[in-house]
Amino acid sequence: MADTSQRSFRIFRFNPETDDKPYYQTYEIEVESWWTVLDALNEIKWFVDGTLSYRRSCRHGICGSCAMMINGLNDLACEKQIKLIRRNPITIDPLPGFEIHKDLAVDMDPFYKALKRVKPWLINNDPPPSRERIQSPEQFHLIGDGIACILCAACTSSCPSYWSDEEYLGPAALLKAYRYSFDSRDQGLGDRIDALDNRHGLWRCHKITNCFHACPKNLNPTEAISRLQRRVIEEKT
Amino acid sequence: MIHRHDVIIIGAGLAGSRAAVEIGKVADVAVLSKVYPSRSHSGAAQGGVAASLGNISVTDRWEFHMFDTVKGSDYLGDQDAIELMVREAPETVIEMEHWGCPFSRTEEGKIAQRKFGGHTLEFGREAALRACYSADFTGHVLLHTLHEQCLKHNVNFYSEFQVLSLIFRDGRAIGVVAWDMVHGGLHTFYGRAVMFGTGGYGRAFKITSNAHANTGDGLALVSRIGLPIQDMEFVQFHPTGLYKSGILVTEGARGEGGHLKNSEGRRFMEDYAPTLMELAPRDMVARAMQQEIDEGRGIDGEDKIHLDVSHLGEQRLMERLPQITELAMNFAGVDPRVEPIPIQPTAHYSMGGIPANENTRVTMDANRTEAVGLYAAGECSCISVHGANRLGTNSLLEALLFGRRAGKQIVEDVHDLEFPNLPPDYEDAARGEIEFIRNNRGGEKVGTLRGELQDSMMIDCGVFRTKEQLQKQKEKVAELADRFRHIQIDDNGDQFNTDLLEAIELGHLLDFSGAIVEGALLREESRGGHYRKDFPKRDDDKFLRHTLAWKRNGDWELTFEKEVVLKGVSHPGFEPKERKY
Ligand SMILES: Cc1cc2nc3c(=O)[nH]c(=O)nc-3n(C[C@H](O)[C@H](O)[C@H](O)COP(=O)(O)OP(=O)(O)OC[C@H]3O[C@@H](n4cnc5c(N)ncnc54)[C@H](O)[C@@H]3O)c2cc1C
Ligand code: FES
Repeated sequence: MADTSQRSFRIFRFNPETDDKPYYQTYEIEVESWWTVLDALNEIKWFVDGTLSYRRSCRHGICGSCAMMINGLNDLACEKQIKLIRRNPITIDPLPGFEIHKDLAVDMDPFYKALKRVKPWLINNDPPPSRERIQSPEQFHLIGDGIACILCAACTSSCPSYWSDEEYLGPAALLKAYRYSFDSRDQGLGDRIDALDNRHGLWRCHKITNCFHACPKNLNPTEAISRLQRRVIEEKT
Repeated sequence: MIHRHDVIIIGAGLAGSRAAVEIGKVADVAVLSKVYPSRSHSGAAQGGVAASLGNISVTDRWEFHMFDTVKGSDYLGDQDAIELMVREAPETVIEMEHWGCPFSRTEEGKIAQRKFGGHTLEFGREAALRACYSADFTGHVLLHTLHEQCLKHNVNFYSEFQVLSLIFRDGRAIGVVAWDMVHGGLHTFYGRAVMFGTGGYGRAFKITSNAHANTGDGLALVSRIGLPIQDMEFVQFHPTGLYKSGILVTEGARGEGGHLKNSEGRRFMEDYAPTLMELAPRDMVARAMQQEIDEGRGIDGEDKIHLDVSHLGEQRLMERLPQITELAMNFAGVDPRVEPIPIQPTAHYSMGGIPANENTRVTMDANRTEAVGLYAAGECSCISVHGANRLGTNSLLEALLFGRRAGKQIVEDVHDLEFPNLPPDYEDAARGEIEFIRNNRGGEKVGTLRGELQDSMMIDCGVFRTKEQLQKQKEKVAELADRFRHIQIDDNGDQFNTDLLEAIELGHLLDFSGAIVEGALLREESRGGHYRKDFPKRDDDKFLRHTLAWKRNGDWELTFEKEVVLKGVSHPGFEPKERKY
């Protein structure tokens, strides 16, 4: 027999087309013991209220679509097991710091634009060899955190520095800048420095470490930012 | 609104993005994707991408890779396209490395390579280390690297635009009509060339490893304007999907020594493949599991089998299979260090698709007549390099490599292709569909119809198939298509209306599921991913042929006239033999 329980979900609702202001709507549903928060949202959308909007795709924590705030903390809905959440109702809000498209779907354009400002691609002007460039396992591990990022924006959206400065690159973009600038094959720090070395860049970070706590992949953008700061200082001296 | 670009690409997975990088350097290209590009399903691939680099298996050669792919395809793959793929694989992967893709490394700093099922040296003699990988997120790093190359080359992205229809007249592609998911509204995109890279159709099945977005849209769009789709009955079921969610547990779990057990606690693979045991090919293991379940030996009498890795010890699990441990805990709520993981076969890969040739030009009939200005690559296409069954790590390769070929071909063709004129009724099909769904008041819900489709496809068109089941399923799909005429959605707005878009996707699923079922019904043999209990043998006399399916006046018409290419471009080809491991 399916092992089920009754849970309530108190969900942020806002449709800029029709609503003057946001409100919460509570849904009581029966959940199966193996469900994640995303399964519950799907149940609500498919069988209770089709007007609820949110993003999702892979439903196993790799595409980064479903980041949202669950009981006050940014997380991936598809990775959050309901049975591990004690509090009832479970309150769900959109990622803070972004405009709302509708309900839990926010406008991520500023986030992607910040990413592009750091030139997130390998910069190396030497002609490539006929085979792969050589990189040691240690050099590969050095950029490990940066390459595992799924761009869910949980970090940037949790950052008070980002809330107060919408021009700030934010931890995700800086982690990306780290990932390329510390790649043994890259020569592009000079090209990225304009974007990094200013008050909307590396120096806006105050080491609050919310990003580190918010990251569903357990990555550490704060540490990457510190290393990148040191590197930029070295580059200039 | 009308947008004009030289080239329109639909899909930003590996296939679409790879083509866009190529084209973006020289022409004006637009990429439309219903999810932000880096959220495409390619990012979910864990295992690796195949190329005979020989970094560890030093004697590896493309001929061995070709043999494995042909045999894996159960001889239904077109050997000319396969030869091109395996020959160009090393340069395709190396190029990704040059663009900064972070691959795991050998001690000497070369791209690391690992074993994967069905890949061998010297025509089956021993396992080859051929899969180039990056820890257990190979697809993720390939996808991000490509997306970043697109940013570098200023490719125009239209993210969260869902394509609803293909504009096609007199054998010539003109453009597409899409819905702006964020703000609502129709947008028409037209250009000299149109390419599809829309991914697979796993979402036709209840238990699947595929993302919610994998609703096979490209197949429905192409068949709606009168073009055929090919080999749809071939669906790969992966043996180890997590029970109920279908989320993939990688082949590595068995590779590292995991055991499969039935309700009696017995390693039942000894009855099916006594030498290879759990390491037999995917389709064979999936069938063995399904048979155990069907005969009542599923765990607790349910549709599940146990995958036990607890005997490997905590240290080995954490070192070799970290993601499995996390997945099992997050999605099945079990701790694999101390308890078995409940699993069941999961619909994983779509071998069928839009027929295209090795230059990725879409073909329209059994003679392979080319459409003008229309291209397809990646999982949505059927070129056909996987035939009846795809080998693991060959599909990331396919998406990258034929995306690259598509890009190069389009760059070559684009100057000869004039800008077409939009016909007066260019928007009608898309507008009609939107209006129908929004205004209809029939009381049928998307969730209900989709659930019934996925459940029934799983049961009656799944791992095992029989004539009776398939006939029943044919009627079921027809019934659901009929009920779809009474569809009713809750959300009538423009802004981020995913209710509307899920209804449209359901329409697609219902469309091409008919082709899957009819193909399975008419193909009275067992080959690769398609297994008929009533025809358990392969029948090369009748069915060493591709299936083409046309939707005409609401019904599917199928032929088996399209021949399989049994010769390579330069290689004499591998003669069909019994596929034994
Ligand atoms: C869990 C899992 C693990 C896998 N592991 C491996 C592996 O280790 N090795 C391997 O070789 N293969 C693997 N595969 C298979 C492989 O990942 C896929 O075959 C491949 O990535 C497909 O790439 P693609 O570019 O064709 O499509 P996708 O990456 O699926 O991209 C499809 C694109 O089309 C867009 N799209 C679709 N419909 C529309 C529409 N109507 N309008 C606008 N845009 C649309 C989507 O937004 C998306 O951008 C795995 C698959 C799964 C499910
Ligand atoms: S749905 Fe992909 S990360 Fe949650």
